[in-house]
Amino acid sequence: MSENLVVPTMAEMLAQGKQPEVLFWVGCAGSFDDRAKKITKAFVKILNRANVSFAVLGAEESCTGDPAKRAGNEFLFQMQAMMNIEVLNAYEAKKIVTACPHCFNTLKNEYPELGGQYEVVHHTQFLKSLLDDDRLTIEGGQFKGKRITFHDPCYLGRANNIYEAPRDLIMKLDAELLEMKRSKANGLCCGAGGAQMFKDAEPGNKEINIERTEDALEVKPDIIAAGCPFCNTMMTDGVKNKEKESEVKVMDIAELIANAQDL
Amino acid sequence: MHYLDNILFAILLLLGVGYFTLNCKKILRNIRLGKEVNRSDRKGDRWKNMAMIALGQSKMVKRPVAGILHIIVYVGFVVINIEVLEIIIDGLFGTHRVFSFLGPVYNVLIGSFEILAFLVLVAVIIFYIRRNIINLKRFVHSDLKGWPKSDGNIILYFEVVLMTLFLTMNAADFHLQNVSGGFMHFHTAGSFPISQYIAVLFEGVPNATVYVIERAAWWLHIAGILVFLNYLYFSKHLHILLAFPNTYFADLNPKGQFENLEAVTNEVKLMMDPNADPYAAAPADAVPTKFGASDVQDLNWVQLLNAYTCTECGRCTSACPANQTGKKLSPRKIMMDTRDRMEEVGKNIDANKGVFIPDNKTLLNDYITAEELWACTTCNACVEECPVNISPLSIIMEMRQYLVMEQSAAPMPLNAMMTNIENNGAPWQYSQQDRLNWKDEN
Repeated sequence: MSENLVVPTMAEMLAQGKQPEVLFWVGCAGSFDDRAKKITKAFVKILNRANVSFAVLGAEESCTGDPAKRAGNEFLFQMQAMMNIEVLNAYEAKKIVTACPHCFNTLKNEYPELGGQYEVVHHTQFLKSLLDDDRLTIEGGQFKGKRITFHDPCYLGRANNIYEAPRDLIMKLDAELLEMKRSKANGLCCGAGGAQMFKDAEPGNKEINIERTEDALEVKPDIIAAGCPFCNTMMTDGVKNKEKESEVKVMDIAELIANAQDL
Repeated sequence: MHYLDNILFAILLLLGVGYFTLNCKKILRNIRLGKEVNRSDRKGDRWKNMAMIALGQSKMVKRPVAGILHIIVYVGFVVINIEVLEIIIDGLFGTHRVFSFLGPVYNVLIGSFEILAFLVLVAVIIFYIRRNIINLKRFVHSDLKGWPKSDGNIILYFEVVLMTLFLTMNAADFHLQNVSGGFMHFHTAGSFPISQYIAVLFEGVPNATVYVIERAAWWLHIAGILVFLNYLYFSKHLHILLAFPNTYFADLNPKGQFENLEAVTNEVKLMMDPNADPYAAAPADAVPTKFGASDVQDLNWVQLLNAYTCTECGRCTSACPANQTGKKLSPRKIMMDTRDRMEEVGKNIDANKGVFIPDNKTLLNDYITAEELWACTTCNACVEECPVNISPLSIIMEMRQYLVMEQSAAPMPLNAMMTNIENNGAPWQYSQQDRLNWKDEN
């Protein structure tokens, strides 16, 4: 299938004297993590289908510095930020879309003060705008009537007050949107944020992702929808731990839409 | 001798207000131990926050039972304090119910004070039951062991005693107003929808005794209020005052936006500037910058104001994913520890003629351990929950910065993650050159 993917880089665009409508910030998980790469591809398929002019930085992209900053290493964060800003500004990037809420938050909120001012949107917001502008149509397809619950990523929800875009997209699939007992501003973290993804948890009596997976399983979903590669990993592990992986799938919103379209 | 009462009252009032003012100055001095942070922007948004969140209690009702009970006590507290104005005038000038000339308006006022006082009593009793009998998790939490638990109950006792005195005073007054032929200066004034039922107890009691009860209740009520006012300084109850400035000065940025340290920006810019002289001597008066926070003086004044404002309700801790899964981190404890350490530093300054003498203690380690700090997922649930916009997360982050940048004391796996970012631009060991490989993989 990969031969169908059209993924221009900013360098290629520049060589042709073109400026894309939007820069797709893939992020480290989206570039390297096997599970997250599927999300990246699903999103690209949709972009291709909707004829969106986009480009990636490719080998010129580097970690936004989010995990370093949340771990307390402000030096490393700002080094990363300044290097990325130099690259982004050199390409005169105006609008950035990313499928990672951590990259999204950092680029949107923490880069401007350091000289990087862009319009930054999360991929669920971008997909929603494609629908609103009739550049993309969604039919429920295989998800019609399916029970889907959305797990709010902290860095999309509480951190940036974006709750509706992902839910609107699920509704477009003619699926049954189910809310967990803790959702939106009250949503429970998956346990990966604040650089926890990269270390063991402190001693306690439970893993956070298990606690959150229990919230999700309580509403008896067919699918747990995520909007963050790290949440996706945590929830997938949680579902496996509960031995429910044959009944309950964990999927990114971009994957839902791409699959609904049989892309 | 005629003025003895008034002089006594004036002295009591002066002592009560004076000692409180003295302690307020200490609070202000301690808050100013914090570093400068500019919160003078976006005044309109700040006033709006204060009006909605502190005055309007908008975040309290997220938990409806506690929220509605709290609003009753809060409205009762604010409204019944109008009565305190009358009591002060009466006390200073020897008048009796000086506002009674308002006639029907006065009746409405006193009537509503009484109803509120009764509702406050009911609410406070339910609060007591929640804390001591139902044993709600956040109130039996280890954070509250010892003094904080007593503090919570003492506040409730105060409320019960003050409201009971207020209603007793009114009941006795009402009884004396209705003595046939009149009694001294007790003319008909006010309506007493609640205390008229207490007044039944005074039937058959000699008028002189009822008069003594009325006076005793009146004096004890105002004295109680002054004692309560002074208790605030020693208690978590300061929130009744500080909630207002705290919501005004709170961070207005999106919750995900963490501050970029300016000192670091300057150094990073210097590092990336090809024209910078790396061997240039620092100016002679340059103070070495300390990155992050290990003690209260390293925090900013809003964080210290946060600590004084915290009323230890524990909503933050009950929403914290780390705490829910048995980790040591409790955002409420972060705030309580910050206040305890700040007061310790304040006492040290008082004892040493205005100068802080190092006591070999710090907020980090002696109060808050690294284990607590590393359990945080930075999910912002605590910040979202706080009914008065306190941010325990900002303190956690600054202490992590100290651990990492000053002490290189990050957990080993995080060091590996950071080394990877430094070397190959990703938290894992993959080459930056391979970032686009996914495009051609199946």
